[in-house]
Amino acid sequence: MSARDAAPEVAIQIRGLDVGFGDKLILNGLDLDILRGEVLGFVGPSGAGKSVLTRAILGLLPKRAGAISVGGRDLSKMPQSERAEVEARWGVLFQQGALFSNLTVKQNIQAPMREHLNISQRLRDELAMLKLCLVGLPPDAANKYPSELSGGMIKRAALARALALDPEVLFLDEPTSGLDPIGAGEFDDLISTLQATLDLTVFMVTHDLDSLYAICDRVAVLGQGKVIAVGPISELLHSQDPWIKAYFHGKRGAGREFQARPALAGAPSR
Amino acid sequence: MSQAPEFITKKTVDGATLTLVGDWTLEQGRRLEVQADALLVAASGRTTIDMSRVRKMDTAGAWVIDRSRAGLSAAGTPSELTGASPAHKALMREACYRQVDLTPRADRPTLASLLSDVGESVVGAWRDVLSGVAFLGHLVIVLLRVASRPERWRWIAGVYHLEAFAIRSAPIIALINFLVGAIVAQQGIFQLSRFGASAFAVDLIGILVLRELGVLLTSIMIAGRSGSAITAEIGSMNMREEIDALRVMALDPLEVLVLPRVLALIVSLPLLTFLADMSAIFGGLCVAWVYGDISPQAFLTRLQDAIGVNTFAVGLIKAPVMGLVIGLIAVSEGFAVKGSAESLGRKVTASVVKSIFMVIVIDGIFAILFATVRY
Repeated sequence: MSARDAAPEVAIQIRGLDVGFGDKLILNGLDLDILRGEVLGFVGPSGAGKSVLTRAILGLLPKRAGAISVGGRDLSKMPQSERAEVEARWGVLFQQGALFSNLTVKQNIQAPMREHLNISQRLRDELAMLKLCLVGLPPDAANKYPSELSGGMIKRAALARALALDPEVLFLDEPTSGLDPIGAGEFDDLISTLQATLDLTVFMVTHDLDSLYAICDRVAVLGQGKVIAVGPISELLHSQDPWIKAYFHGKRGAGREFQARPALAGAPSR
Repeated sequence: MSQAPEFITKKTVDGATLTLVGDWTLEQGRRLEVQADALLVAASGRTTIDMSRVRKMDTAGAWVIDRSRAGLSAAGTPSELTGASPAHKALMREACYRQVDLTPRADRPTLASLLSDVGESVVGAWRDVLSGVAFLGHLVIVLLRVASRPERWRWIAGVYHLEAFAIRSAPIIALINFLVGAIVAQQGIFQLSRFGASAFAVDLIGILVLRELGVLLTSIMIAGRSGSAITAEIGSMNMREEIDALRVMALDPLEVLVLPRVLALIVSLPLLTFLADMSAIFGGLCVAWVYGDISPQAFLTRLQDAIGVNTFAVGLIKAPVMGLVIGLIAVSEGFAVKGSAESLGRKVTASVVKSIFMVIVIDGIFAILFATVRY
């Protein structure tokens, strides 16, 4: 399903979200729709609250007001068991990977399966190796500990763990930060391929302009605690907002050939 | 709502058509595996697996279906997958079955590995002693280097650690020693009164507390409270490359991190031991008064006869050595922390256990020493 369909299905709806620390309000009446099947890029100045929003959606930060709803139902009003069911269909890639340092990569990937599913050890092993393969890690990485992996491999292993339960929505917090441009490009391709084949909805906080151009269907811009603009990148390029202009047309954004991502065209038929 | 994965078997002329229905997804758990294995049994002759009625499928579903297909071809009855939607086809391609290597990392424990573990820990213990001595030597060199240059003395860090180690642990050490002094007094009076010698309980308290208990309890408390904190602090700095950052700034971590902490411990321990001595004697005095009918005046007079300056000094002489040992062990365990959270936990435990063990060993060595010189 494309983001540009007439009536796109909303995966996660955020209305009037307030999140703050002490007497400081970080998010102030934020509205955002994450559409099913899209890759939504989320950008904004450092310290504007991008991670705060991600953490608020994931329920890691308390909200002061507003609603985060999935399938038309407010998450905070759901009973605990239903909420857990919704969250089991979410995968999260944290910025630093957040792999459990005392477990091997394979055990890391199996951790959510072990806790949430009743399946045999054999299938757990096989699925862990499949996920490893999907994210492009060699099989011998399975028995390594996170401290033995390079930065790029940690990101891939963490992505494999995020995919362990075949999530519907994938949250990525700066997936390409700390990777070299080639590694970052490969990671973008990986996310794009997985998104198409596994039919994922991807919410991606990023600062990487290349990622935005390469894989995002829509981009949302955060400023003053609100989403100040949201739309395909071709629209944002014509925005008159000074920050957006500086972001996309600044020294690092200038000279970049704009190429829209080929439309998803309904089905993952690439 | 979810629908269990199932299949419908239809016999054909030369085999069977298996039509898959329902949700072939991971959340079905064990049913998914059971159904996929049942496919193997239901197949016969020319088998067609029809996927057109699969409602939902994920990578796990694709994997088990393809695993069964691979199992059938291995058994010599090739099968055919038909009717998959384009999305499911893509998924089948991505998650197709492949042989996976499932050799676990660690080998099983055997008698040989048990023996080698024992040998390794004996060698490790000896290495700990050697590296501890080397570490001490290194620290002395750093101390001498810094001592000649007062502008490099880290007063603020030293005072900060002194507050953390000494002042902040004063209440708990005073309380514990008060209680121990009281318990020793109660037991002393109770046991000695059978010989009509309950007044000797004062001698017991004075000598036992000043020579041994005050400094031992203080050292054990500090090993648990401050030694563990030092190991955790330095260990997590080590994990996050902060120690390497110091080194590349041409700063010696031993000078910046270790020296202030170890010196603060060496100063803290005698101060705390003094506090511990006083609290324990006060605890003894209170119990002697209430429980043993020994008035405070009588208690103090008796105490003056029983102990000398040397009794008091024996405890205090040991204290800085205990501080040094706790500091050295805590710091070197901190530097030994490797990348994982588990390793940090293990090293903090090792730090506390080794410190307490060494404190007691050193106390024993001092006892022999003082007995030899009759102090």
